[in-house]
Amino acid sequence: MITIDNVHYSYASNIEALKGVSLTINDGDFIAIMGQNGAGKTTFIKHFNGLLKPTSGTVHVNGIETTKTSVATLAKNVGFVFQNPDNQLFSETVEDEIAFALKNFKYDKKTIEEQVTWALDFFSLTQYRKTSPFLLSGGERKRVALASVLAWNPDALVLDEPTIGQDHEQKEKLRQFIIQLHAKKKTVIMVTHDVEFVAECNPRVILMRDGKIIADGIAKNILTNPTLLEESSIVLPQIAQIFTKLYPLGLPTDIIDITEAETILLAANAKKQEQLT
Amino acid sequence: MAIINISNLVYTYPGASKPSIDGLSLTVEKGEFVLITGPSGCGKTSLCRTFNGLIPHFYHGELSGQIIVAEQDIISKQTFDMAKHVGLVFQNPENQLFALSVEKDVAFGLENLGMNREEMRKRVDWALNLADIYNLRERSPHEVSGGQQQRVAIAAVLAMQPEIIVLDEPTSFLDPLSAERIFEVIYKLNQEQGITVILVEHRLDLTAKYANHLVVMDKGKICFEGNPRNLLCNEEISHIGVGIPKATLLYKKLKTAGFNVNQQTPLSSDELADQLLKALKT
Ligand SMILES: Nc1ncnc2c1ncn2[C@@H]1O[C@H](COP(=O)(O)OP(=O)(O)OP(=O)(O)O)[C@@H](O)[C@H]1O
Ligand SMILES: Nc1ncnc2c1ncn2[C@@H]1O[C@H](COP(=O)(O)OP(=O)(O)OP(=O)(O)O)[C@@H](O)[C@H]1O
Ligand SMILES: [Mg+2]
Ligand SMILES: [Mg+2]
Repeated sequence: MITIDNVHYSYASNIEALKGVSLTINDGDFIAIMGQNGAGKTTFIKHFNGLLKPTSGTVHVNGIETTKTSVATLAKNVGFVFQNPDNQLFSETVEDEIAFALKNFKYDKKTIEEQVTWALDFFSLTQYRKTSPFLLSGGERKRVALASVLAWNPDALVLDEPTIGQDHEQKEKLRQFIIQLHAKKKTVIMVTHDVEFVAECNPRVILMRDGKIIADGIAKNILTNPTLLEESSIVLPQIAQIFTKLYPLGLPTDIIDITEAETILLAANAKKQEQLT
Repeated sequence: MAIINISNLVYTYPGASKPSIDGLSLTVEKGEFVLITGPSGCGKTSLCRTFNGLIPHFYHGELSGQIIVAEQDIISKQTFDMAKHVGLVFQNPENQLFALSVEKDVAFGLENLGMNREEMRKRVDWALNLADIYNLRERSPHEVSGGQQQRVAIAAVLAMQPEIIVLDEPTSFLDPLSAERIFEVIYKLNQEQGITVILVEHRLDLTAKYANHLVVMDKGKICFEGNPRNLLCNEEISHIGVGIPKATLLYKKLKTAGFNVNQQTPLSSDELADQLLKALKT
């Protein structure tokens, strides 16, 4: 459990990035944090594993206040993937990068080998096992960063923009994996601008703006609220855009799922055909 | 008139076991809006690096074939000559920023062109405003958020107003509304000033509607090329991992289920919504 109580954070006297944020994250929660550039999302989640300590207010991870412990201790509970993989990767080969945390946490050789092999395969990186992460494409580097954290199976995951640089297929694999983790009662917190990905994942959504939390609710409610989204510099997901425009037809407007959309539209068409005959 | 002409390009990075560009030919006409997509690792960034000569002059490696950009033979030219012709927004904004302030980063390329102070001031302010970072101009580009950094990288290239703008996933760090605004700005430069645009993107949802030329790459080659609307109807294209826009996907699902909304495949939610309104009106 992570408890954040009235946290303020300033990078410098004139840059206050968090202006009094409170939030309780329970074990097993699945949360997407969204909001405009500079809203404070990255600053906020860096408090969850002690990378940043509040200027005022408190953060407790599993009952321990982050100012009273080390990042190394917190790191055992919370796996963190950076927004920019270049701030995370440092090993000479992809394999070493993925094995690093596993070795650090003193897993046995067999487990390390198994986990590394699984992660390489899952993220389509097997052919780069012995390659330097710095010689990979942008999307591949992000996947190495994800792999190096997912491989050691932390109880809580904090992912800053996990879908950056990923093609459709990689995103879909990642989505299914996150859903599985959620089913296994792991805590997953992701920061993302990818509205389509959020609409497909269907998590609890938190909106941040100007250093504060301005909304917290289920995806279907938040992602179909045009006023709220505009305040956060977010656009409606494509499906919600379509149903917003279809309001003269008297159909529901809070739709974000493509299968649900299909069912509703086919029913509407059947009804119309019936009237015509 | 062709502004880019690449023929039979094969390129291998130093020490790599196989080519990253593997027999690629591409012609881009002046004033086109080209959208390049394809699975992660297929060679999109590598191709972008050839447009201004970063490949081969900075990356070295092995290259064969021909690259002509803005009437210059890239292989025999050094990159600094290309700066006024081609502006490249890198996939990772952090790799592009080095100056002490946001403003200096945006002015850097113009200084190198030897532009006079007054004109430079105007250009820099114009670009800062377009990217909505005027208020950050005195900050260090390394002490801002990810999205703010990406805006600086975009502003620096827009300020140069080059003949060809190459953008490698330029909005991956931007919030959705800002991404849309940036695409609109770029589209306007393309339409009004005839600037040739080459955009690399996975999210065709946001971008297919701007392009008149879609290039789909796989394994270092071009596997589909043409008009976006025709291509996105093509079944095979979804098999190589290209993300078909949700509106197009929904349209196809409805059609398969026997509800043929319209003859023309929609590329955006607006287009599909209009078609549905007509079809379902009572
Ligand atoms: N290292 C830093 N030094 C000084 N100010 C910073 C630093 N990093 C971020 N800021 C500022 O703090 C505020 C919040 O930044 P943060 O990175 O948390 O935003 P964000 O919501 O993650 O944005 P983005 O969507 O662009 O990644 C912004 O105003 C930003 O300019
Ligand atoms: N500097 C480099 N040295 C060696 N190999 C490289 C280098 N940069 C990229 N590669 C390899 O070349 C291939 C193409 O990479 P490129 O960056 O062009 O892909 P991309 O299509 O842009 O991918 P993404 O969508 O993930 O950004 C990949 O297999 C990659 O691992
Ligand atoms: Mg951020
Ligand atoms: Mg790339």
